[in-house]
Amino acid sequence: MDSEELTEQETALYDRQIRVWGVDAQRRLSKSHILVSGTKGTVIEFCKNIVLAGIGSLTLMDDRLVTEELLSANFLIPPDENAFSGNSLAELCCDSLRDFNPMVRVSVEKGDLSSFGGDFYDKFDVVVVSCCSLSKKKLINEKCRKSPKRIAFYAVDCRDSCGEIFVDLQNYTYAQKKLDDTIERTLQYPSFEEAVAVPWSQLPRRVSKLFFASRVIERFEQAEGRNPGETSIADLPSVLKIRKELCEAQALNESNIPDGLLERLLVGTKEHPPVCAIIGGILGQEVIKAISGKGDPIKNFFFFDAVDGKGIIEDISNPSTGS
Amino acid sequence: MASEEQLLAIKKAKVLMVGAGGIGCELLKTLALSGFQDIHIIDMDTIEVSNLNRQFLFRQSHVGQSKAKVAREAVLRFRPHISITPYHANVKDPEFNVDFFKQFNVVLNGLDNLDARRHVNRLCLAANVPLVESGTTGFLGQVTVHIKGKTECYECQPKPAPKTYPVCTITSTPSKFVHCIVWAKDLLFAKLFGDKNQANDLNVRSGDATGSSEHAEDFFERREDEDFEQYGRRIYDHVFGYNIEVALSNEETWKNRNKPKPIYSRDVLTGEFVQQNGNLDKNSHIDDPSTVSAMASLGLKNPQDIWSLVENTRIFLESLKLFLGKREKEIGNLIFDKDDQLAVEFVTAAANIRAASFGIPMQSLFEAKGIAGNIVHAVATTNAIIAGLIVIEAIKVLQSDTNNYRMTFCLEHPSKKMLLMPVEPFEPNKSCYVCSETPLLLEVNTHRSKLRDFVEKIVKAKLGMNLPLIMHGSTLLYEVGDDLDEDMVANYSSNLEKVLAELPSPVTGGTVLTVEDLQQELTCNINIKHREEFDEEKEPDGMLLSGWVQSPQMKKVNHKQVDNEDSTSIVSQPVHVETEDVNETEIVVSTGTKRKSSEISSTSSIASAASVGTRSNQKPEEINDDDDDDLVILDGHSDTLKKKRLQ
Repeated sequence: MDSEELTEQETALYDRQIRVWGVDAQRRLSKSHILVSGTKGTVIEFCKNIVLAGIGSLTLMDDRLVTEELLSANFLIPPDENAFSGNSLAELCCDSLRDFNPMVRVSVEKGDLSSFGGDFYDKFDVVVVSCCSLSKKKLINEKCRKSPKRIAFYAVDCRDSCGEIFVDLQNYTYAQKKLDDTIERTLQYPSFEEAVAVPWSQLPRRVSKLFFASRVIERFEQAEGRNPGETSIADLPSVLKIRKELCEAQALNESNIPDGLLERLLVGTKEHPPVCAIIGGILGQEVIKAISGKGDPIKNFFFFDAVDGKGIIEDISNPSTGS
Repeated sequence: MASEEQLLAIKKAKVLMVGAGGIGCELLKTLALSGFQDIHIIDMDTIEVSNLNRQFLFRQSHVGQSKAKVAREAVLRFRPHISITPYHANVKDPEFNVDFFKQFNVVLNGLDNLDARRHVNRLCLAANVPLVESGTTGFLGQVTVHIKGKTECYECQPKPAPKTYPVCTITSTPSKFVHCIVWAKDLLFAKLFGDKNQANDLNVRSGDATGSSEHAEDFFERREDEDFEQYGRRIYDHVFGYNIEVALSNEETWKNRNKPKPIYSRDVLTGEFVQQNGNLDKNSHIDDPSTVSAMASLGLKNPQDIWSLVENTRIFLESLKLFLGKREKEIGNLIFDKDDQLAVEFVTAAANIRAASFGIPMQSLFEAKGIAGNIVHAVATTNAIIAGLIVIEAIKVLQSDTNNYRMTFCLEHPSKKMLLMPVEPFEPNKSCYVCSETPLLLEVNTHRSKLRDFVEKIVKAKLGMNLPLIMHGSTLLYEVGDDLDEDMVANYSSNLEKVLAELPSPVTGGTVLTVEDLQQELTCNINIKHREEFDEEKEPDGMLLSGWVQSPQMKKVNHKQVDNEDSTSIVSQPVHVETEDVNETEIVVSTGTKRKSSEISSTSSIASAASVGTRSNQKPEEINDDDDDDLVILDGHSDTLKKKRLQ
């Protein structure tokens, strides 16, 4: 780590958080480059958190045009249709985010991330995707893994008042604090593809129901060629059918994926701002941990459901290899 | 988005937010996005640079403006059609009385100090308005729900008193850096720049020669024939040189301790800086006296650096000169403020020189500022998470969804796989003097303690009352208010100076005093018990208040677990109940015995909350997180940084 000092301006601005994670971590943050794809409410919350924290740069990707629904949990864009003038969601978010912290470079990239070549990815330390189909998630995750440098990959989504974060730090070594000691610890992460392929019978007992339910919905959207979140109650019969198939194939009791939960995930397509704030906050913390190499990172799923109020970490990896 | 019923409840709701800081900014944003239409927000603070890393509604250009007002404008930009009513005021102001609170469906706290939290708690109880309370420090935080008669109130669990240090540790035998900070801030800084009439122990234990006589009072005044440099050096040589020599002369003190070494300015500044001047010029272009800096004068830039003894000495002398030269008008009224750069520089230098004298490692200005200013570590993410959890609870409260209220802890390390851990709220503590009518017991020497002592040390400091009224039977002994006639005021002031047993209606062993706060609409009875002797070090107030004990419910285990699916075992998980800017308390939540889910019926219980303690910081890499398990004290206020090693 080079010993470049923070400027006086940085020290004054970041005073309170340097007291949390130290000068060294702050320096690493200021040199980190983060890419996000899909800028709905949860990702907006995340972007706010890391721009405030003082990362080096943030690149936004989301070519969708602004709609009322896309703005339901967005505090960056005024609800003034005249101001939209054909700008994409990412473009409109970009200006406001710059304003949060002039020391962070915020920019927009157009196109479909999953179609970009390897050297595009090489520019980034962290890639976060949201509103992304199952196959694209797998593809982007693989591209991150193929880069000569380690790129941390996160997939995040909220449905109804539930949220899911997936983390792939590949081979991650960090300094773990144990009481007064610091030990070096290495974690092996599976890719998204590997994680969702782990046989359900091998998972620890009482894995969060949200894990299973999300896989069912994901599978359904993939099969129907839907964009993530393009669902309604009318889809329930088809979804229940997929649940049955999956549960039979995986030897899992269907009661682990209650109808009520699936219904909520299908119907609740409009974002819950408090849940966006919670998931965006947890994700922000995780990315800061991964960049700074400080603190125990989540391995490898995080689930939150406002109905029971629990925020749970699940390790979904192959028990024999850990990844 | 929320269900139809939820949306209806949200739209109809009128909510009060107290605090527009770290949690407040996040909360106001999330409330607005969630569809709240009528939000009132109180905050007395103005915006500072160190807020901008997390209070995202504010920009550099807003520094110095009202937080409540700027936050309103920022949120109206993305939700222009809602109503936000800002109050740039102290929530303890009389306009915010019980009637004011009664207009709201729920009150949401994002506060930074214990005092204001207690005050709001009482007003919510008196107005019978639900309160959602919150706090964060670093990666830790919690949200709790307080409903009169249904769940515990904010004060049901006694908050620990701020840790104080024995006077002689500070004045004569410091062994930790924090002791030097306390000395520099509360004694030396206060002596030189604060209220001259305040009692000050700066010289007390240094020997008789400079005891607290009239002569000693004058000693710290600048003499007519002295320039700033001469005055600074005289003070320096006195406090770091002469006083140490005097202390050394008491050999008994040093039998089992390392002897300090006296430090004189002439020995530190040999040669080149003997007559140093002209540096004031570097600050001469500055119009605003609040921005003068000794570091700037001396070309020191990095607040993370640990200065040498020479540099500390130069900063000490330079900052003293700058106070005298640029901020003369304030001298006599200054109170240490962590955002006052020059004051932080002076205190850092003085603490470091004293540390050098006592063989204690010196610290950077950054660290010294953290200790002196009781600064709590704060990040945006925790505040965002906590604000989200507040809104979730607020919506339940609006729907009176009583069975689903939760207190939620945001943890740094997972407990039972959870980073966000919901716990069922506790029932009210039957011995809580705030939300039940249980009398308290006060042991006091009724022949020695004056009514003033009782008012200051018990009624204000311990009971947190703002506008107290004290009665013995039907006799009014004391009250505060604007509408009192002169006779009464005179009568009360004369009562204040009387010892309890000699009041017009004598207060002796067996007396029951009634203390009321008219603003908080809180009444409590105190049984007086006469006691002759008190331990000066352990009971410095000369009184002992008791009766407000931890609820038996907290000790025994009788809370059913939040959910009965998860049968995994016991964890003891420390959770810090903190404030955004000032540390406060911590709750240790521990779960009980290991069970299988099938055994957990609706009546069984495994979660319980236990002790309440404090600590400043969980991150081990912090320099001040060494072996020291009892942090800071000092000014008698509750809003001090404290910490306590967890069991």
